[in-house]
Amino acid sequence: MIHDATPAIEVKGLECHFDDRAVLEDVSFRVSPGEIFFIIGGSGCGKTTLLRNMVGLIRPGKGEVRFNGRPFTDADTANRRSMLKTFGMLFQSGALWTSLTLSQNVALPLEEYTKLPADEIRNIATFKLAQVGLTGFEEHYPSELSGGMRKRAGLARALALDPSIVFFDEPSAGLDPVTARQMDDLIVQIRDTFGTTIVIVSHDVESIFGIADRVIMLDREKHGIIAEGKPAELVAPGGDPRVLEFLTRRPARAV
Amino acid sequence: MPASLESTSARATSRTEGTLLDVALEGPWRLDGETPRWTELVSGARPASVRISADRVSHWDTSLVAFLGEAQRWCTDSGVPCDTSRLPQKMRVLSRQFESALRTCGHDDHSQSLVVEVGLSTRYFGRQMRKFLGFVGECWIDTVRLVTGKAGLRWPDCLAEMQRCGAMALPIVSLISFLVGVTLAYSGSIVLKRFGGEIWVADLIGVAMTREMGALMAAVVLSGRTGAAFAAEIGSMKANEEIDALSTLGISPIRFLVMPRVLALGLMMPLLAMYANCLGILGGMAVSYLTLDIPPAAYWVEMLTIVTVQDVAVGLIKAVVFGIIVGITGCLRGLEAERNASGVGNAATSAVVTAILLIIVADAIFAILFNAIGL
Repeated sequence: MIHDATPAIEVKGLECHFDDRAVLEDVSFRVSPGEIFFIIGGSGCGKTTLLRNMVGLIRPGKGEVRFNGRPFTDADTANRRSMLKTFGMLFQSGALWTSLTLSQNVALPLEEYTKLPADEIRNIATFKLAQVGLTGFEEHYPSELSGGMRKRAGLARALALDPSIVFFDEPSAGLDPVTARQMDDLIVQIRDTFGTTIVIVSHDVESIFGIADRVIMLDREKHGIIAEGKPAELVAPGGDPRVLEFLTRRPARAV
Repeated sequence: MPASLESTSARATSRTEGTLLDVALEGPWRLDGETPRWTELVSGARPASVRISADRVSHWDTSLVAFLGEAQRWCTDSGVPCDTSRLPQKMRVLSRQFESALRTCGHDDHSQSLVVEVGLSTRYFGRQMRKFLGFVGECWIDTVRLVTGKAGLRWPDCLAEMQRCGAMALPIVSLISFLVGVTLAYSGSIVLKRFGGEIWVADLIGVAMTREMGALMAAVVLSGRTGAAFAAEIGSMKANEEIDALSTLGISPIRFLVMPRVLALGLMMPLLAMYANCLGILGGMAVSYLTLDIPPAAYWVEMLTIVTVQDVAVGLIKAVVFGIIVGITGCLRGLEAERNASGVGNAATSAVVTAILLIIVADAIFAILFNAIGL
C-alpha cells in the first residue's frame, strides 16, 4: 500500500540453460501486487522452468528475480528463508506429504514458522481446509483423496502462512471442467480476500479468459516472451498469429 | 510512521461496561508474531454480551481470523450475544467461516480397545498369510507354464538380474564369508586347544561352512542387498502405476517382473554359496597358519577327511531355497507396497525382515529333515 510503484515480482534478464540447450533467454517482466498473472505457452516452452526459476528451485544462469523490490536470486540463506515464507506454491499434483494427514500437511509450515500453540495451529489448519472446501477431511491421508481434492489440499497448504504471493503450476490440469471452474473461483476469492498476488502457469484457455488480469506468452523457438497484455488485447485482430492460434485453438490462417 | 507501528505487537484490550465486555483489537496481527488468545482474555469473565472492534488494527491475517472465530464460538457456546457490527465486512465473513469450520471438522479419536486391536491384528495377519500363499501359488503356476513351454521368460531381464544379484555381490560376499571363516577359526581354536587338537579346526570350519554358514551368509547378504532392492524397485513401479500398465496390457506382473528375479536368485545363490564356502575355508586356513602353525596342506588334507560331497550338496540345496525365499519376499513386498513414498520404504524394510525370518525357519526345517534322512 505504501509503495504502490514497487512491483510484487520483478524478473530481469532471466536466462536458463539445461546443459547447452537454452530454455529461456532474456526474460523480463513485472507483476503488480494483487494481480492475477498468467504465464502461458505450448508444451516445452519453458513455463514450468520459468516458475521454478522464480521460486528458487532452479538457479537462473543469468538475470535476477526480485520480490517486493528485494533481490531474491542472490539473497543469503536468512533473507531467502524470510522471503520464501511470504510465498506459497501449489504443485501440479499437489505434492502433499503422503505420510501426513491433510491437517498435518497444512500445519507443518505453521509449526516451522510460527510460535502458535498446537491447538491453535490445528484450528487454523481446519479453517484453511474449510476455505478450499475440504471440511471433514482433516484426518484423511492424501492417498485417500481424488486428484482434485489433493490439489485443493495442496492449495490449503500453500495458503497456510497467508502468503503475499501464490504460485500455481497448472492448477486446472487433470480436473474436470466443473472442478476447474471452482478452482478458478477459489483463486479469485483468495486474491479478493487478502490482496494476494497470483502467478499461474497454465494452458487452460478458459481460465485465461475467465480470471487473468495480464498474460505473458512464452515460445519454444524464441526461448522467451512473444506477447504480453490483457487476454482480450492478445486476441485483438492483427495480433501475433502464434498467440491467436494458441488462444483461439484455431490455425492462424483461419482467424 | 510505519516503523513504530510495526514494532508494537498485536493487542486485545477488554473493558467492562456494566454487563458488556468491550474488546478492542489493535496493532499488527501476524501469524509469525505474538498474538493474544481469546480464552486467556475472557478467562473467568461472564459478560452478558460482547462487542468487538478492530478500528486500530494496522495489519491482519489468519491470526486475527482465528481470534475472532474462537471468540464467536465461545459466545455461541455460552449463549452470549456477540456484536461484530463494527468489524470490517471481510473479517466478519472469514471469522464466521472459521467458526463453522471448527464446528464441522472431523477430528476424531482413532484409538481402539485392546480386544478390537487384537482382533484387527489377527485378521490382518490372516489376510497377510493368505496373500503370501496366493502369491506363492501364482508363482508356482507360472513356473509350471514356463517349464511346460506355455509361457516364455524374458531372458535378457533374467540375465541382467543375475549379473546384478550375482556377480556384483561378489565383493561383499567375499569379505563377509572370509571374516566368518576367521571368526570360526578363532572361537573353535579356544575349545580345541584344550584337547591339543588344534588341527580339528579344519574339520570344524569345513563342516560348518559347507553345511551351514556359506549358504546362510550368502542369503543374509542377498536379502539385504537384493531383496530390499527388489521391493523398493517394484514398490515404486507400483506407485507410478507401471504395474497397472502391465496388467491392462494383459501381461502378468508375476511373469514379467517376479519370475526373472526369482529365477536369477535361485540360480545365483548356490554359486554364491559355493564361493562363500571357499572364502570361509580360506579364512580359516589363514588363521590356522598364522596363529596355530598349521600348514595349509595339512589343513586341507585334514578337512577332506570329514567334508564329503553330501555336505556340500546340503549347503547348495539350502542355497537354492534361500535364493527363492529372498526373491519371492522381495517381489511380494514390492507388489503389495502402498502407493506412496513411505510405502516403498516400508516394503524394503519388511522384505528384509520377512526374508531373514523365513530363511532361519527354513534352515531349522532343513536341519530336522536332513537329520531324519541321514544326510
